[in-house]
Amino acid sequence: MESIVSIKPLLAVLVSAIGALFIIFVGKKPNIRESWSLIAGVIKLGIVLSMIPDVVYNKKVISYSLFTLLPGLEISFRVDAFGLLFAMGASLLWIATSVYSIGYMRSTKEGSQTRYFACFAVALSSTIGVAFSANLFTMFLFYEGLTIVTYPLVAHKGTAEAKNGARKYAIYLLGAAKAFLVAAIILTYNLTGTLEFSKAGIFPIDVQSAHPELLYVIFVLFLFGFAKCAIMPFHGWLPAAMVAPTPVSALLHAVAVVKTGVFAVLRVIFFVFGADLMMDIGVDVFVITFASFTIITASLLALSRDNLKARLAFSTISQLSYIILGAALLTPSAMIGGIIHITNHAFSKITLFFCAGSIYVSSHKTEVSQLNGIGKKMPWTMAAFTIATLSMIGIPPVSGFITKWYLVIGSMERHSFAVLAVLLASSFLNAAYFAPIVYKAFFKKENSDDLSHNNDVHKQEVIKENPFLVVPLTLTAIVSVVLGLYPDFIVQIAKMVI
Amino acid sequence: MEDIIFNILDYPILTVTTFLPLAGALIILLLRRAVLIRWFALATTITTLIVSLPVYKHFDKATYKMQFVEIYPWIPAWNIHYKVGVDGISVLFIFLVTILSILCVTVSWKVIQTKTKEFFISLLILETAMIGVFVSLNVFHFYLFWELTLIPMFLLIGAWGGSNRIYAAVKFVLFMLAGSVLMLVGIIVLYYAGGKTFDILELSRISYPEELQFWLFLAFFAAFAVKMPMFPIHTWLPDAHTEAPTAGSVILAGVLLKMGAYGFLRFSFPMFPHAVKVLFIPMLVLSVTAIIYGGYVTLMQTDMKRLIAYSSVSHMGFVTLGLFTLNQTGIEGGILQMINHGVITGALFLCIGMIYERTHTRMIEDYGGLSKTVPLFIVFFTVFTLAAIGLPGMNAFVGEFLIISGAFKANMIIAAFSIFGVVLGVTYMVWLYYRVALNEINSNTKSSLFDLDSREIATLVPLVMLVFLIGVQPEIVLSYMHASVEHLVEQIHTAVPLDPNRIYNSVNLFVEYVKELLWWG
Repeated sequence: MESIVSIKPLLAVLVSAIGALFIIFVGKKPNIRESWSLIAGVIKLGIVLSMIPDVVYNKKVISYSLFTLLPGLEISFRVDAFGLLFAMGASLLWIATSVYSIGYMRSTKEGSQTRYFACFAVALSSTIGVAFSANLFTMFLFYEGLTIVTYPLVAHKGTAEAKNGARKYAIYLLGAAKAFLVAAIILTYNLTGTLEFSKAGIFPIDVQSAHPELLYVIFVLFLFGFAKCAIMPFHGWLPAAMVAPTPVSALLHAVAVVKTGVFAVLRVIFFVFGADLMMDIGVDVFVITFASFTIITASLLALSRDNLKARLAFSTISQLSYIILGAALLTPSAMIGGIIHITNHAFSKITLFFCAGSIYVSSHKTEVSQLNGIGKKMPWTMAAFTIATLSMIGIPPVSGFITKWYLVIGSMERHSFAVLAVLLASSFLNAAYFAPIVYKAFFKKENSDDLSHNNDVHKQEVIKENPFLVVPLTLTAIVSVVLGLYPDFIVQIAKMVI
Repeated sequence: MEDIIFNILDYPILTVTTFLPLAGALIILLLRRAVLIRWFALATTITTLIVSLPVYKHFDKATYKMQFVEIYPWIPAWNIHYKVGVDGISVLFIFLVTILSILCVTVSWKVIQTKTKEFFISLLILETAMIGVFVSLNVFHFYLFWELTLIPMFLLIGAWGGSNRIYAAVKFVLFMLAGSVLMLVGIIVLYYAGGKTFDILELSRISYPEELQFWLFLAFFAAFAVKMPMFPIHTWLPDAHTEAPTAGSVILAGVLLKMGAYGFLRFSFPMFPHAVKVLFIPMLVLSVTAIIYGGYVTLMQTDMKRLIAYSSVSHMGFVTLGLFTLNQTGIEGGILQMINHGVITGALFLCIGMIYERTHTRMIEDYGGLSKTVPLFIVFFTVFTLAAIGLPGMNAFVGEFLIISGAFKANMIIAAFSIFGVVLGVTYMVWLYYRVALNEINSNTKSSLFDLDSREIATLVPLVMLVFLIGVQPEIVLSYMHASVEHLVEQIHTAVPLDPNRIYNSVNLFVEYVKELLWWG
């Protein structure tokens, strides 16, 4: 594959970090501050999109080297179709989230908004950094950076609950990265002398035949080390981190942070090990087993949660494992399904979180059981919610259907009845925990005892939708449908990856 | 004599660097006013750094040979010469000593109000002694410098230390002396076994009888292991660190601990390779024990300074782990990690010292929410905390990476255990950070806290720069040591390991001998 050297990837990473400096600098003036977020977001998206012609249509790779620490250990960027797909989703949704954050943070009168917007911008730098990393070391650097810079966002509210959640978040992610990832990277480096991603995998043939069990262990270390992918049993941080303000949960915990985890795992599967080696050492069965277990268990746990955000959190854990499952099946259709689900799930899940935030801002309701009849008061929000729900369950024409379609075909290609059963059962479970919300919102009358609990002031208060919140969530819902109707573009990119 | 390159500069650079602080100390003796003394001490340390700079510029990185060598006859009757020189292993420590000394002067600017003159004299003599240890190529004055470090350090702890300073100072000196007395015995045996010479390079060229190597290794090990300190003789360290004034802690953590590791590299590895090859597994086990045990003990500390002190036990465990992997990657990682530890732990002690100056408490429970009360301080503290947990892009990551890489080559199981230490390292540092910087604001200390002034910022900034510089360009440091470490590894690996039976017989003989002695005594 032809490679061109360009500084664009570095700029795409830096633009939001520089934006963060401006945000801190003008911290006292909220309107100017937020416009910096938006300006940085637009510039970032522009830079990312400007790489599409070269990468997608001309099938080139854009690379840029920064530092060489040791031979084979360097900080460098490399934009290929896979990274670009992830970066596009993340930078597009950052703009949506910035608009949404303005509405949300101001209506809920959150404190320390400068810190919030600055951390958010730096988090985006780290996410794009992961997407454009040329090697494991660079990826690890940005991966760790992301954990640290999102910590203040999770702990934002400063309550005891928020601090506990944030502590769990930091311990899980830093701990897993230190315990497993460092070991995995060092072992890989020792066996190969390089950490550079390569399409055929980086382990030479003689290493493959000499240490198959060691390679197995290394892969497992990678899988659990990237704890952001929330595969069980290292998923506990995700529900805990839901104490964060909703826009944080939306962008970071449905898109940037968790997708960084699965993106990294997929990078390792496709570009460090390679499909053939995965099959040879038999580690794919291990991954499929854990991913399937996660899909079903997380769905069951989601059923049992009444808190809307907690339900969404477990749904995320389950959906993330679709991506890993797809990649681990190692058949062409399944891999496509896994890759495109990174984008599909991003748009649908962010819509759901946006809706949860919108409901909270307008009515201060957080539990599913309180949502009776809310659909009439918040029609836009609940309509978007319904569309995103359809995507989660996998009903056409919304994007989630495309994913399921490819995954089901993939499971057939692999002749795996068990995986097929898992996919069908999980679709059923998705419907079981999402459909009641929609049903309650639109078809049930508001609880009378719910009314009596509210004081008079609240009773008279009209529940109104905030346009800052509604516009982004409507747009992301529309994109979900568009991705379902015209999946060609991202399927095309996914085909370039495998 | 083929192993040395004489000093090519037009002045004896190493001698000047070594004795400049001593000369400064002598002049301070004549000064009266405290302000003048401070400025003069600062000028002396800065001049020392500047004078030493040509060493790094003219250093030939392609050779393992001793460079900038100076030889003068001293006591011909005993075949003692004054001989100094540096190679890739020792040259970096000169830099560490000179830069940390400057910071020690600036951090002591306000806090030392009593016996100012004596304090700065001690500090400058200490600097001379430390540089002397790293440049000496003759065991005789190596030992003199080695022991000379004890006196000013004893004074620093004993005179300007905390409430329990006398106990800590005496404990420190007793431990050190116990170790170095055994080394002295070893040196005398070396003198006779090596053909009556004290020249380190000549002694390194001789192949000693294998049993003798075993015993000499143990004798030197006693001194180096106490200094490092290796588990289980580390107990002097937390007391000394905690009670010492900030400058003392910085020097102790930054340089004195490294002298032990340097001793291994200068004496044990080249002179007793047979013994090293048979004893490296127990050494690796001791290292990993120090890493994990040190990590656990660190976790439960309630005193900030003690916490950092115990974390040094764990970190020095990583250093010995790197050294005793006996491969190039591990040893380079070990040396690099010594520099890193000097920078990071030195910086953390500086940070804690600055905060202690304001509140006069070291207890973690007395702090909290510093990110709101002293944000500028927390910026620095955050950087050093992240550096300490080995975040990629910062210096300790590279060191850890090389050490664990080397360890995986040497022994898989040991390496796997050392990973636990890394995780513990993250835990205690992040927890400390959480309790000090985040948590609720503590009202007891809030009133006495104010943010850093420009002197304190100037003290910390050079270390921040080093953290990131080594973090992204470690080759700047590593390039100095490649040739020397390569030569060292060659020396070790050309040696055949000792036959364990012969050691067993030798130990038996020794036991018999002791029994006989006791019987007749």
